[in-house]
This record gives sequence, C-alpha cells and structure tokens, in this order.
Amino acid sequence: MMGDMMGKLSLDAIPLHQPIVMGAVGFMALGGIGLAALITYFGFWRTLWSEWLTSVDHKKIGIMYIALAMVMLLRGFSDAIMMRTQQALASTGGPGYLPPEHFDQVFTAHGVIMIFFMAMPFIVGLMNVAMPLQIGARDVAFPYLNNLSFWLTAAGALLVNVSLGVGEFARTGWLAYPPLSELAYSPGVGVDYYIWSLQIAGIGTLLSGVNMITTILKMRAPGMTLMRMPVFTWTALCANMLIVAAFPILTATLAMLTLDRYLGMHFFTNTAGGNPMMYVNLIGAWGHPEVYILILPCFGVFSEVIATFSHKQLFGYTSMVYATICITVLSFVVWLHHFFTMGSGADVNAFFGITTMVISIPTGVKIFNWLFTMYRGRVRFATPVLWTIGFMITFTIGGMTGVLMAVPPADFVLHNSLFLVAHFHNAIIGGVVFGCMAGFSYWFPKAFGFTLDERLGKISFWCWFVGFYVAFMPLYVLGLMGMTRRLDHLDNPVWHVYLVAAMCGALIIMCGIAAQLAQIAVSIRNRAALRDLSGDPWNGRTLEWSVASPAPAYNFARTPLVTGRDAYWDMKRKGVAHRPFSTYRPIHMPHNTGTGVIVSAFAAAMGFALIWHIWWLAIGSFAAAIAVAITHSFDENRDYTVSPDDVARSEDSYFEQLASQA
Amino acid sequence: MLRRKMRGAIATAVLAATAPLLGGCQFEVLDPHGPIGVDERSIIILSTCLMLIVVVPVIAMTLAFAWRYRESNEQATFAPDWAHSNKIEAVVWLVPCLIVAVLGYVTWTSTHKLDPYRSIAAAVKPIEVEVVSLDWKWLFIYPDLKIASVNELALPIGTPVNFRLTSSSVMDSFFIPELGSQIYTMPGMQTKLSLLATTPGTYEGISANYSGDGFSDMHFAARAMPRADFDKWVAAVRSAPQDLTMAAYRQLAVPSERMPVTYYGNVEPMVYHDVLNKCADGSTCTDDAMHLAMAKESFGDVGLCDAARILR
Repeated sequence: MMGDMMGKLSLDAIPLHQPIVMGAVGFMALGGIGLAALITYFGFWRTLWSEWLTSVDHKKIGIMYIALAMVMLLRGFSDAIMMRTQQALASTGGPGYLPPEHFDQVFTAHGVIMIFFMAMPFIVGLMNVAMPLQIGARDVAFPYLNNLSFWLTAAGALLVNVSLGVGEFARTGWLAYPPLSELAYSPGVGVDYYIWSLQIAGIGTLLSGVNMITTILKMRAPGMTLMRMPVFTWTALCANMLIVAAFPILTATLAMLTLDRYLGMHFFTNTAGGNPMMYVNLIGAWGHPEVYILILPCFGVFSEVIATFSHKQLFGYTSMVYATICITVLSFVVWLHHFFTMGSGADVNAFFGITTMVISIPTGVKIFNWLFTMYRGRVRFATPVLWTIGFMITFTIGGMTGVLMAVPPADFVLHNSLFLVAHFHNAIIGGVVFGCMAGFSYWFPKAFGFTLDERLGKISFWCWFVGFYVAFMPLYVLGLMGMTRRLDHLDNPVWHVYLVAAMCGALIIMCGIAAQLAQIAVSIRNRAALRDLSGDPWNGRTLEWSVASPAPAYNFARTPLVTGRDAYWDMKRKGVAHRPFSTYRPIHMPHNTGTGVIVSAFAAAMGFALIWHIWWLAIGSFAAAIAVAITHSFDENRDYTVSPDDVARSEDSYFEQLASQA
Repeated sequence: MLRRKMRGAIATAVLAATAPLLGGCQFEVLDPHGPIGVDERSIIILSTCLMLIVVVPVIAMTLAFAWRYRESNEQATFAPDWAHSNKIEAVVWLVPCLIVAVLGYVTWTSTHKLDPYRSIAAAVKPIEVEVVSLDWKWLFIYPDLKIASVNELALPIGTPVNFRLTSSSVMDSFFIPELGSQIYTMPGMQTKLSLLATTPGTYEGISANYSGDGFSDMHFAARAMPRADFDKWVAAVRSAPQDLTMAAYRQLAVPSERMPVTYYGNVEPMVYHDVLNKCADGSTCTDDAMHLAMAKESFGDVGLCDAARILR
C-alpha cells in the first residue's frame, strides 16, 4: 500500500552509498540550517516573509533573482571544479574519483544550472532592478505576476537541487538529446527531474517575458520615445521578445519528450516513426535565441557602464539599437550550426554557416561603438569598467572562434571537441558572466544604498579574467589535438598537462568567486563608509540615478518628464534635476502577496510527484495551485495608497541627504 | 594553384610561429594525414587569418583607447558630446560586412567541396564500409569483401573510403581526427562520409558525441596501410572463426565496454540493412513497412509478401 502511495519513491532513492554526493547534500543541508539559524537569531523571519518573499516590488524581486543566481553559481561552479579535477586526475589512465554515472550527471547539471538557474535569473534580476527605474515607471506592469515568475524559477532550481539527494539527475548532457533521453536508454528519474525543473522554471521565464515587454511598451515616462530609451532597456525589450518567441518552443519540445516518456508516445523514439532529429532541431530553434536572450541584456549593461564611466554619450546610439534588432531577428535563423555534422546537404549547411557569420556583423558594430565611446572620453577604471574592457577583449576572441566554427568544414573537425567547449565558455563567461558582474557592481548601490568595496571587486575581476584564460586556452589547444568533450577518463600524457593547466585556471576563478563573496561581506560591514547618499554614485546618465539609493518603493515621487536621451544627464545639465516639489500626490501601490510563493510551492510538489509517479500528489498539488491562483483573483484588497505626507517625508529625507553632500 | 601555394605558405607560417609555444606536441587536427583533413586545416587557418584582420585591431584599440583616455590623462582630448560620426559608422559596418562577404564565399565553396556525402575523386576504385555504432563499440562491415571487424578499421592508403553509417541505439559521431570530417551516426537513419588516408599509420578513432556511460572508451583504431598489407589484413579477417550472423549481431548489440578487436570472417548480407531498418530484432523492417503502406494505398489491403511482390 505504502509503496503504491509513494510511486517509484523509496528510501533507495537516497544515494547513501555515494560519499561524494552525500557530502554535498550534507554541506548544502548545513548551509541551509546555518542560514535558518541566523535568521532565527536575528528574528528576521517575519520581515523576510512580509517584506521580501511576498514582495511585488520589482527592485526586491530583482535582488531575490540575483541572490538565487549567486547561490546557483556556487552549485554550478562546484560541478565545474569536479569536472576539471576529474579530467586532470583521470587523464593518465586512472579512473579518477568520479565513476561515469556520476560524472555524466555532473556535466549535465553544470550546463543546466549555469544556463537556466544562474545566467537566466541573473539577467532577469538585473532587468528587474534597473529597467523600470530607467523608464521612469512605478513598477512593472504586473507586479504579482513578477513575484510568481520568480518563485516558479526558484521552484525549478529547488527540484534540480533535490535531485542531488533524492534519486539522480539526467545523464544526457544539458540538451538531453533523444534517443539517449528516452525511456529506453534513460530509465531513471534523472531526465524527469530535468524535464520538470525546466518546465516549471520555463513558465516563470515566459511570464516574466510578457511582463517586461508590457512594461517597456506601455509604462515609459512621458517623453521617452522608443529612440530615447536607454540601451539597456532596448536590449531588455529585445531579449524579452526572444523569450516570448523562443521559450514556447522549449516548452513544447520538452512536452513531447514527456509524452514519449510518460505515455509511450513516439515523437523522438527509435521506433514507431519517432524521429530524434526533430528534437535536435527544435531544441536548437530555442537554443540559439536563448544565447542571445542571455547576451543582449549584457550588451546593454556594457553600453550603460562604458558611457557612464567615460563621462560621455554612448557612441552611435542608433547603430546600437539597429544592431540589437538585427541580432534579435537573425538569432532565429542560425540554429542549424549546432549540428552541421548531422548530414544536411551542403546547401543547407552553407546557408546556416553564412547566416551565423552575418550575425557577427551587428555584434562587431557594437564592439566598435563601445570603443568609440571611450575615444575622447575620460575613462575611470572602476570595477564595472574593468569587467567591460575584459569583456571587449575576451568576447572578441570568443566571437572569432565562433565564426570559425560557423564554417561547416572547420566545424566538421572541431564540432563537439574541447575547442567548442572553450568557444562557448569564451562567449558566455567573457560575455554573460562579465556582463552580470559589471551590472552587479554598477547597480548594487542603487539596490542597497551603498557601493561595493572596490579593491576586492578588482581582485575578483583579475582572478576571473586571468583564470578564464588559464582555464580555457588549454581547452582550445586540446580541441585542436582532437580531444572530444564529456570524457570521464582518458589516457594521454600530452593532454594531461593541458588538463592540469585548465584545472589551475578553474582554481583561479574560484579565488575570484571567493573575492566576490568577501567583497559583499566586507561591503556590508563597511556600509556606513560606503553609503551612497546622493543616489548617483557614478555621475550617471539615466533615470535610475535620479532617485534615492535604495529607491523608494514607489520609485518616483512624480513621474519624470523626458526630453531626450540620457534623460537624467539632460536634467543635471539643465539644472532641473532634484528640484523639490512643494506638494505631492497620493501614490497608488500594489500590496504584497504570498500567492506566488504558495502557487510555486504547489508547482514544486507537483513536479516532484510527477518525477516519482506519485499521481495523487501530482493531481492534488496541481489542483491546489490552480485553486490558490483563482482565489487570489477574487481578492479585492490588492492595493494601497501612499499618502502625500509619507511621500513628502521620504523625499525630504533624500533632499536632506543631498544637501549634506553638497 | 597559386592560391593553394599561398594557403600552404600561410599554414606553414602560422604553424612555425606557434610551434615553439606548443612544445612540439601533437596537433591531430592540424596535422592531418588525408586530403579532407588538409583542406579543413587550410580553411581553419584562412578563416582565422581573415578574422584576425578585425580582431587584432579591435583588441589593440580597446587597450590603446582605454589607456589613452584614462581619467588621469588630462592631455587627451575630451569631447563628452561627440557621439556620432557618419564616417566611423560607415567603416564599422562596412569592414565586418566585407570580411563576412569573403568568408561567406569561402564557406559556400568549401562546404560544397568538402560535403561529407561527396565521394573523393581518385583513379582507384573506392572501398565501401558500413559503420554501425553500438553501445559502446564500433562495427565495420566491408560489404564487398564480406568481412567485418569490431573496433578496428583498416584502410588501404591512397584509396577513397565511402562510409555509410548508422547506429544501433543512440546518437554517436564517427570521427578520426587525423583524417578529417566527422559525421553523426543515428538509429534508423543513414549518413555518409568519404575519407582518404595518404600516409600509413594507426590513427585514433572516437565517438565525438556523448552516448552514455561507456562513451569514454568508445575508441577504435583506424589503421591506414599499403595495399599489400591491407590484403593481408583482409585475409587475416577472413580466417576468423566466427561469422557476423544476425544472432551474432544481436549479441554484439548488448551494451559492453572496452570490447577487444574482433574479426568476422563472413557477413550475412542483410545485417547492415536490418540494423538501419530497425529489424535486427526480428520485427518488421521500416522499408518493408513503408512499402506495405504504399501498396495499401494503391492496391487496398495486401499482405507484406504481396506488397513486396507488387513493388518489385
């Protein structure tokens, strides 16, 4: 009876016999218990629930997204260290310390976590923190939906982490190509964890995309025409358009895989007319736009940073916008370059090779525009600028190797090799991670009211920058030597040297991550000295810097009027920035709600139940999630009004701070 | 001819320049032993050089501009409102366009020239090899010679080899880095590849697409040898006691790792066909099923044998 009740789940699902896994689980459990103890010690639970977890404020949701991303960065990075040490230890014929079934989970989890649960939340977090402020809006268009989106993403992340201690994760590689991911070759729960964590998080991402597009298109301050929007907002708009266009493809593809695995259908199986090539195409049709979903907002961050710290207008704004739009459109016609080796004809391969090269033109234009933004500027080498310059150098190299692999005959010998691994890390670390870090240090004072420690920030940058080259240049070399990816052991003394070098690079990056954590801790300790009283620590150009740091819940006491690009810069120059108003109007604001947390908790339970075939729980939690969401829609008490007196009090204290600065 | 010479010169120059850095280690992909690999290497080097035309100036300018216009350098011009120049914008759009146009031309021609499905032209009659990737080993069937081997592929030098490839279970990628192009092997589908080895030697063959737990050991030896040696090899395989029957194939298809090299002295004619059409387990072959469906469409309800007869 009990067995039926719990589906496939039993105590055997806990990998007690695997010390490494249990160590990781224990470490995570200890971390969780320690965190809970700290929260209890400081009596922070109530505040945590009512001010943060249930918050519908885009700024706080942004911070939670980034916190999630940072936690998952640590998890994904542990996987990276395990892979690098395993390959270094097991490259002279020995077995290393990870058996294949464990190693295969590690590289799958690394990819899934880094893309879906590190890079995506980081990007969405940055958009949440900065974008509504940049366009002079009070919040996003659908604040409750925003909270729900975050929690659905968190539910997906939770499932991935649960797979560590209960059952297993997929052993298929991060794109889970069938037939390997079909029931016949992956009978365990790993692929099901993969499917349901991505499906639940994917719904969150899609909802967030809808929310952001609506916000940008409908909620800009008066006067902010599209061609006056900050470039970060432009890139956010394009990235979210891509999300809305591409994520449904992922959802549908995974749904078909689910039908194969759960209901015995044959979309991608070997038998009964199934066709695995279809999956590979579909996942690519989502996969390549996904790359641009990640990189476009980072391009936006670099544009803001380089203009601000060069004390100069961004060079070629119009070019920049059109280049972004070109990339957005072209990103949908390059997917086949992921599998030139599948035997498509020469015409098809050549077509997709050339479209891939064409996409490098607008990307190249962007790099030139950043260059010419520095030209005749006054560049201050603050931490965000270091990340930006590091990006310009690193990403150029990554772009070059990418275009090289876009030539099909070159790809025929480089495909799936460590050259490929080096290439996409070159683009993703050099582009997305550096972009996230630049954005993090750039907007941190806006989010928290104090700047980050510069010295540790710079140490972190140099560790990441040097570590990246030490870790990945050897992989380029190994790729040219014919080493393919995902080998859990090998026997080649020549390659061994390079693999050891790559491992050292990963360790240097680890120092960079440690420096970042130290930077946050030290900055919190020194927050009084690092306090940003002006709300404008970098002499900024866009509207987010025109309000206090951290911004008040309502963002703008009065909606700003925009008269040109670089709206805040314009106001400062005309001497109309920070003019106190004599009277304030009441401000209409949304209430916090726990609905998002509860719905997502049920979604996570549903996912878990589906993974383990606990049907009663799956049906029950699905029904409960829907019921809670519907009940919430009848809640009439959803908003409140900030009285003019409260607004005046908050604004007055900001003006006092400003006066104390002057 | 001149272009080929120039490419060769560039290749040599680049290799010579990087050789000391690399300490004489082996670059399988950049040190090919067949024309496909040689052409692919030239394309890698040519494309890289073309791109360096932009990449080197960009990196140099990044460093130069950042340094020249650093905040502490009061002497540098400061033009905070200078944000547009038609001349510069024209250059930054045109230069990448031109390079991509050249690269696009290279891509179009080279992709057609090096299409893996295209047989290599040679005076000698090509050898046919049928390849099946299994969990986790490689089966090579020589249909004309009626022999087969596992995890060892013999090739006479100077002779084009036309591969037809499929997989028994999941996706793999057939790749001999020192000879050039790889190609996926997929269950129920056939891909093709043509390779040629010019120098004798044993080259490592791998699966370049992750296929499960035993993937890391899924190697095979590609042995390129003079014709006489190849004939001896064929004779040795012929004398092997076991034959590749359907029963032997089914046994082979059971997942195993690090399977030693195995020869089959004779091959049942339909093995590769049955693997490709997913009827090695005795079920209906996909081609038969398709014929049946087509026959049903034209002639109404008919049995499998009738269908085969009608279509014949």
